Amino acid sequence: MLKRLIFAALLLSPSMALAQSQKPNDAQIAHIAYTAGVLDISAAKQALAKSSSAEVKAFAGEMVRDHQAVNDKALALVKKLNVTPEDNATSQALSKAAATKLAELGKLSGAAYDRAYVENEVAYHKTVNGALKDTLIPDSQNAELKSLLQTGLSLFTAHQQHAEHLAMSLAK
Amino acid sequence: MSYRVSAWPLLGALFLAWANPLPAEAARQVIEIRDMAFGKAPAGLKAGDTILWKNMDMFRHTATDRKGSFDLDLAPGAQGEITLRDPGVLEVICRYHPNMVLRLTIRKAD
Repeated sequence: MLKRLIFAALLLSPSMALAQSQKPNDAQIAHIAYTAGVLDISAAKQALAKSSSAEVKAFAGEMVRDHQAVNDKALALVKKLNVTPEDNATSQALSKAAATKLAELGKLSGAAYDRAYVENEVAYHKTVNGALKDTLIPDSQNAELKSLLQTGLSLFTAHQQHAEHLAMSLAK
Repeated sequence: MSYRVSAWPLLGALFLAWANPLPAEAARQVIEIRDMAFGKAPAGLKAGDTILWKNMDMFRHTATDRKGSFDLDLAPGAQGEITLRDPGVLEVICRYHPNMVLRLTIRKAD
């Protein structure tokens, strides 16, 4: 819970360039959404290498496949719209938090790793869902980008539910 | 002469009824998978009907009977058809996204 709060605070911190006063533009929104996908793929690849649980691996495989699919569409869309995704404070905060988490998870193994990975997936998807719902979708201007973000939200919501179920079964 | 000619369609119909045990009115239903969810279960499904599953998502899905009577692996944009063999209640899931569930109620063929 504390970690989740810190993570949410990082994402929403008023000291960050995008928060509050300045709304992100489409190029920044595309960058944030793409980054969120890439980071989840990295975490999943670590899980595929480290976990020996069939369920955890199946979940991680789903993360890689689905986020890759949506990111491929995102790349095609920015190319079509002639937009260059723009790095920004939110993307950087997400990447930094994810790198710290990846290193932390890297030190664990076995059931402890499985539980920590899946718990973090629950928290991560929750955070990204919140950002999509409250900021990225309402602030996006281009209709195609908005629609892709909405698909992303359905995806992240489904993944969050899957992660929650998995977390419960691992806790038993 | 006119009697003989008009008897042929009747004989033909009798032959078809004998040769084809499937009920003539077996329906073909379509269920679309979209936005990480199965479409609505069609009303009035009966044994012998077919269901065409269409994956409209950009994600890979499956349409899988939890009890194992069918398991369609559907790449993005792919479709696949199954025939409902038996009456009863089927729970269809996506193996990749366990939160996707659809319940199908199938009655006996007429």
